[in-house]
Amino acid sequence: MSLQQFMNEAISPWMKQDGPDSDIVLSSRIRFARNFSQYPFPIVAGEETLEKVLEVFKNEFKHQSFRDYKDFEIVQMNDLQSIEKRVLVEKHLISPHLADHSKHSAAMVSQNEQVSIMINEEDHIRIQLYFPGFQLDRALEQASQLDDWLEEKIDYAFDEHRGYLTACPTNVGTGMRASVMMHLPALAMTQQINRMTPAINQLGLVVRGIYGEGSEALGNIFQISNQITLGKSEEDIVEDLHSVVKQLIDQERRARQAIMNRSAVQLEDRIFRSYGVLKNSRIIESKEAAKCLSDLRLGIDLGFIDHIPKTILNELMVLTQPGFLQQYAKATLNPDERDIRRASLIRERLHLENKE
Amino acid sequence: MECQECNQRPATVHLTQVINGQKTEVHVCEQCAKEKGYMNYGEEAFTLNDLLSGLFNTEGTHPISGQKSQSYSHSQQLKCPTCGLTYKEFARLGKFGCADCYKTFDDKLNPIFRRVHSGNTQHDGKIPHRQGGDLHLKKEAEDLKATLQKLIEQEEFEEAAKVRDKIRSLDSQLHRGEDGE
Repeated sequence: MSLQQFMNEAISPWMKQDGPDSDIVLSSRIRFARNFSQYPFPIVAGEETLEKVLEVFKNEFKHQSFRDYKDFEIVQMNDLQSIEKRVLVEKHLISPHLADHSKHSAAMVSQNEQVSIMINEEDHIRIQLYFPGFQLDRALEQASQLDDWLEEKIDYAFDEHRGYLTACPTNVGTGMRASVMMHLPALAMTQQINRMTPAINQLGLVVRGIYGEGSEALGNIFQISNQITLGKSEEDIVEDLHSVVKQLIDQERRARQAIMNRSAVQLEDRIFRSYGVLKNSRIIESKEAAKCLSDLRLGIDLGFIDHIPKTILNELMVLTQPGFLQQYAKATLNPDERDIRRASLIRERLHLENKE
Repeated sequence: MECQECNQRPATVHLTQVINGQKTEVHVCEQCAKEKGYMNYGEEAFTLNDLLSGLFNTEGTHPISGQKSQSYSHSQQLKCPTCGLTYKEFARLGKFGCADCYKTFDDKLNPIFRRVHSGNTQHDGKIPHRQGGDLHLKKEAEDLKATLQKLIEQEEFEEAAKVRDKIRSLDSQLHRGEDGE
């Protein structure tokens, strides 16, 4: 495995598997923030310290395997071009923060890209583990085992009363952020998601739009995650999130059904128009592409369209972002050029699939 | 009213932040407001850090008397012996510098954590396996004590006696561990 592999494929191997409730939940993620007890946190640490932290991973964990996650590869940020870093951000393998703070920072990624461990991010260690579909419990179980695996060799900054000590007070305690990525077009169409957000916030959970600026949800994709990390166990946090996500799934299915009952033709029209745009446009902005891809995904889930596999949509969602477009074009592109390139890439991918 | 950042110039900028229903007031002079980023209305939006800094600097002047509180000047002088981060820097950055900062600033942290974590200040989650040592037993004993209390309140004395015995056995295990060290 090499950096090239991470760069070439838009979607990670694990994303090709189907998960439970995958008509609505794209992925489940658990992230743990951890620090070495003996070193200052990256924000104040000197270069020597950061280097030592990185060395531990190079010496102890590189090319090791944990469960089914074989052969961890370490990608150092210093070795990457800015477009390459952007591609890794778009694949969610690294955070924008890690890409920006390149000195002695790195990501240790498993072969199937399901596990990514960021080194010298805001904290020394950020473990993240993804599962396709709605599998928070499994993600927590395995992330926790992975955490134990690291703890065999690393002394964590931990306090009996405060829990895992992190750079930011918002992560202290469990250091855990559990999140679920959801496609909620019907709740968005009927404006219900806006009404539900305050109630969800009251439970210590946050709803965010992804791929959009601010809270705008581009492509009707929302991320639901926990805000509170102190005073609750990991299991309780996941259980709270689980029950809210379950509710959202039910509500989304109900809203889809309601739209189908009331205005099936209008919905069908919208879906096929979007399909038409994707198949035929020569210039397409990311916002329109995301909207049309959302419609197309809904069309597949509702059975209007049956010849396009959903994995292609996952792939296009990532491929049509600026970093990947430029990586694909092997050149730096201005926004106008990107819109043209985006349109041609989508056409190419969808027509290719039609023939098969 | 004095500026709560420099404690010298009069406070002319008054900001109110409402987070999770908790109201926080910031009173600073114009210069500090600019320097500390309270007036970043330009390109950069109000960031999480700005919000957090606001939370950490809550104890400036006493709301009624206008007197500078003792704890404020005391906290400004706090400095982590391990990484050298001062409380002032911590408040500005919204970030700890190392694990020992948690001990250095301990007296100041509960109000902050309560605001950020819906009233919680104590960890109730995972304990690291290798480092955790006796903590696992200790936590189990604590949980059992809470159960015991409940059982007594419910007058389920038979069950309570069983739980009490378990606690005793855990306690003796814990003490044995201490003696051995």
